[in-house]
Amino acid sequence: MPKMIIELEDLKNLARLAKIHLEPDAEENSKTDLNRIMQMIAEMQSVDTSDIQPMANPLDAVQRLRLDKVTESDHREEFLSLTDHAQHGFYTVPRVIE
Amino acid sequence: MNPYASLQMLRNELDSRALSSVELTQMYLTRINKLDAEFNCFITLAEEKAMFQAEQADAQIAAGQGGALTGIPMAHKDIFLTQGIRTSCASRMLDKFIAPYDSTVAKKLNHAGMVCLGKTNMDEFAMGSSNENSYYGSTKNPWNTEHVPGGSSGGSAAAVAAALVPVTTGTDTGGSIRQPAAFCGVSGIKPTYGRVSRYGMIAFASSLDQGGVLAHSTADMALMLSAMGGFDAQDSTSADQSMEDILALTRDSEGFALSGKKITIGLPKEYLQNLTNAELEAVYQNVQSVFSGQGIEFRDVSLPHTHVAVPTYYVLASAEASTNLSRYDGVRYGHRCESPKNLEDLYVRSRSEGFGEEVKRRILTGTYTLSVGYYDAYYVQAQKVRRLIANDFTKVFSEVDLLMTPTTPSPAFKIGQLSKDPVEMYHQDVFTIPASLAGLPSMSIPCGMQEGLPLGLQLIAPHFKEALLLKIGNLFQQHTDWHTQYPETGQNL
Repeated sequence: MPKMIIELEDLKNLARLAKIHLEPDAEENSKTDLNRIMQMIAEMQSVDTSDIQPMANPLDAVQRLRLDKVTESDHREEFLSLTDHAQHGFYTVPRVIE
Repeated sequence: MNPYASLQMLRNELDSRALSSVELTQMYLTRINKLDAEFNCFITLAEEKAMFQAEQADAQIAAGQGGALTGIPMAHKDIFLTQGIRTSCASRMLDKFIAPYDSTVAKKLNHAGMVCLGKTNMDEFAMGSSNENSYYGSTKNPWNTEHVPGGSSGGSAAAVAAALVPVTTGTDTGGSIRQPAAFCGVSGIKPTYGRVSRYGMIAFASSLDQGGVLAHSTADMALMLSAMGGFDAQDSTSADQSMEDILALTRDSEGFALSGKKITIGLPKEYLQNLTNAELEAVYQNVQSVFSGQGIEFRDVSLPHTHVAVPTYYVLASAEASTNLSRYDGVRYGHRCESPKNLEDLYVRSRSEGFGEEVKRRILTGTYTLSVGYYDAYYVQAQKVRRLIANDFTKVFSEVDLLMTPTTPSPAFKIGQLSKDPVEMYHQDVFTIPASLAGLPSMSIPCGMQEGLPLGLQLIAPHFKEALLLKIGNLFQQHTDWHTQYPETGQNL
């Protein structure tokens, strides 16, 4: 068995954060897979990276600025038509406020 | 008409009026309808729209207004948004999603007059190396249907290999164009990060995703890339770089000439030292002698951080995926669960029903590495190792023009062979991932066979040197015939 760094409670917490439900009979497999993945990833942690700047973009590009002008047109109706759950120009969801 | 014809041959047929775009489109649609039940390359066919586009193309050609690609059929990987045609990303989440606008790539190829036959199969949200993670079932490798076509652009690669379409688009995050190209015996190019617009290309890992092409030859890829690439203000990471080198390739038959330039190819020792495949090694030696015969020199080089590329990639790609995929909340578009009890239930059940197993696994991995207390140890460390990997490439490119490696450690594996072991599956991309992390243009072309299955040769170039990559690939294809060998199925159709 590989060293477990993610316990069942950790997995349940991750699933909660990611808004994913894991079936009880799939939890054990998920835990094993995730631990194997993290074990593979651990190899990267031994690399000496002192004085190395993180690389967020492979070309080291930064966000471009553009003129402060409106470039988008209104697509409200088109976007709302992508769901069956829209009314009066709004998306509908289960009641949030009692 | 030979369905394996090059784009130039198709162009000549169309321009000489030996064949109309409508006839050509019908020919490929017939092949799809007869053969694709076996291969499962397509998720959605767009027959009606294709015939309409073909008629328009014929009118353009008749009016003398056609371009190099007018009237030529193609297909998009089902990750590119296509207005009016479903874009599923091979996920139940987007099973009913019809995009309200075109991706930049789709728009540009429409503008070039191409005819889109449909959308090709892939691993769900481009996460996978075998096409087994598709909601619509696995694509089969046309060389042997018991084997995978590779992934994630497996449908695109297999469709070209089986001549269901002359050329397809694909996307590559850690090898998703090159590995399926190698497994299916076709040519595939992943351009420099930022060369092809990501606008309307469904996001997996935004600092790595790059659109590209799968085709029968480097010449065909050059034509496609010249139409697809270029700066796009709608993609915030699009590179504002000239396309002139690539356009020059397509202008005349001399475009691919190396014009006496001395070329040195580097052989990274880290890619070869653990190779246990003697047949692949022999193939690789043979490739070197083909190039040597053309005056190309070789030099052994070292990329010392190669062994940590796979773990680094899985930290970065999973973290970016978990962030990108948080948009699928069941509210605005995509799958929504039946009768949610409350808002939390709506989010959780919609996502749990909509995403497949591998996608959930990566979201959980990414959620873990980004969580409080772990962010520096995993994500920031991976970004630092990424720079070390990129620095290795920068250093060797001061000594050599290109790098050459096998694309994959072995030919296509069997369906089901690795699907129970995510870590072993991840290691399938060991040769393609380093160039992805460094954002380098990279290409796979067929270079041999092993037990009836194709093998791929990977070439890697410095940033924005796609033209050099294509020229060297073209030189190889002029002196070998691996790229004109096709699977038996469908040859007589």
